[in-house]
Amino acid sequence: MADVKKIATRDGYGAALVELGKERDDFIVMDADLAEATKTGAFKKAFPERFYDCGIAEGNMMSIAAGIAATGKKVFASSFAMFAAGRAFEQIRNSIGYPHLNVVIGATHAGISVGEDGATHQCCEDIGIMRTIPGMTIINPADYTEAFKAVKAAVNHDGPVYMRFGRLAVPVVFDDDYTFEIGKGVELKEGTDVTIIATGLMVAEALEAYEILKNEGISARIINMATIKPLDTEIVLKAAKETGVIVTAEEHSVIGGLGSAVSEYLSENYPVPVLKLGVYDTFGMSGPANELLDKFGLRAKDIAEKARKAVALKK
Amino acid sequence: MDQHKKKELSIAACKIRRSIIDGVHSAKAGHPGGSLSIADLMAYLYFDKMNIDPENPKKEDRDRFVLSKGHAAPALYATLAHRGFFPVEEMITLRHTGARLQGHPDMKNIPGVDMSSGSLGQGISCAVGMALSAKHFENPWRVYTVLGDGECEEGQVWEAAMFAGNKKLSNLTAYVDFNNLQIDGSCDEVNSPAPLDKKFEAFGWNVIVIDGHNFDQIEEATLAAEKVTDKPTAIIMNTIKGKGVSYMENVCGWHGKAPGDEDYAVAVKELDEMLAGLM
Repeated sequence: MADVKKIATRDGYGAALVELGKERDDFIVMDADLAEATKTGAFKKAFPERFYDCGIAEGNMMSIAAGIAATGKKVFASSFAMFAAGRAFEQIRNSIGYPHLNVVIGATHAGISVGEDGATHQCCEDIGIMRTIPGMTIINPADYTEAFKAVKAAVNHDGPVYMRFGRLAVPVVFDDDYTFEIGKGVELKEGTDVTIIATGLMVAEALEAYEILKNEGISARIINMATIKPLDTEIVLKAAKETGVIVTAEEHSVIGGLGSAVSEYLSENYPVPVLKLGVYDTFGMSGPANELLDKFGLRAKDIAEKARKAVALKK
Repeated sequence: MDQHKKKELSIAACKIRRSIIDGVHSAKAGHPGGSLSIADLMAYLYFDKMNIDPENPKKEDRDRFVLSKGHAAPALYATLAHRGFFPVEEMITLRHTGARLQGHPDMKNIPGVDMSSGSLGQGISCAVGMALSAKHFENPWRVYTVLGDGECEEGQVWEAAMFAGNKKLSNLTAYVDFNNLQIDGSCDEVNSPAPLDKKFEAFGWNVIVIDGHNFDQIEEATLAAEKVTDKPTAIIMNTIKGKGVSYMENVCGWHGKAPGDEDYAVAVKELDEMLAGLM
């Protein structure tokens, strides 16, 4: 896919904030000394008087954001996923989640594709952590286009939204007429033998896996699940009934993420095998992002292998 | 402060204290000590100072209040009830299953509660966010918050203080209920946050130290804070934990314990006598 245009989802976040800034002035953007990296810096540059840097104090930033939201104003609060979902978990739960306030948390540098910074900065737990907060909406966009559209949808959402973005430039999968809707999975490829439900940067890999499997005579359905909570159970149930086996693919721990959400739903409603591809209960490590994705088995070939195993279970 | 107003506020504070005791007794749990110590401040804020309307609890231009020391919820509820936000009789539903008067303030369900709070250190940050919003969107209202002294051991308090000082949030007034007692003992023994005046000054705040049971001083400090245009104000209130109920005063054990029936009867007698003396 060397000729495919690649942009990081965090760039979609920054670009959408700037566009929103041109459209409306009823919101504030906050960061915790990472504006250049999270891409809120683009908004800061365009609208310096509407940007507030909290310094390196993520918990404080989340509670400040809650206070702003409690006055009826919109607010984005940004940091790396590790320090948003991790360090500031309790502030998000108690200051934002419990009162169900309209704060959009822009969490970038999620997953192992952070790369060289290593395990301390590679958050593979954030979806799991955020899923436990009642009323939290979690969105993990697949590409730049979806990230851009999801940010614009999130600002109008009633209740807190956790948005997960990546550092690494990844293939742009969707074109401008792609429609994003919170809570809706999207079937990208039709298929009957197995369904691959992917999220984030694994969506592009899943589309590659589709071609690999197609050449082997395996018909794989591909679903992009950008919203992990609330889960689009309708599309999951339909896939389980029609293809009989599911593979989930995420750049996140297999504990607590998309795979868990799908398994939890299906085990109670329509039990079928769910094979989870993700980070297997281990910390990350330093290295170039693309080498790490190879090393951790988060590639199209790895998805294809899971799909073969899933199909074999049907025999 | 003129004598008439002082008498009215004294009566309000006494009624608040009585309802705190009623609520905590009925709940068989809760935090009477630190609720009683802020009753005078609560009476001043809600019966005199703040721009609020019990008929329209969410009116946009109201002053905001955040009880950062959320465990003093009985004091906030009793104040709101006597101010007319909901029936005083509801106090005895405090902490009961299904009641809206939760153990810690819940902004979603209780009229007049501007912010959910209870996890220490977070309330002041929320108040800072409100003050920032008011400044940014050019709203004239002020934000008031009350911290516990033990609460000031939370690092987040100082993250919030640093930010508020740095951003010159002069529309924010933070009161610290300095009764010098926390759950595990006196603040000095546990992990003293003192000297709070010097700490807040170092973080860029205007600081005033007062007797938290003296209405003249409460009013004077609160009005003085409004005249400062480039700093938030911290008002360190020296208070007596359990103030108004003789056996609870300055006794650490009454931080988080409800009076049984016998103790309750004594408290009621004392507070009713105090109220009768004021009428």
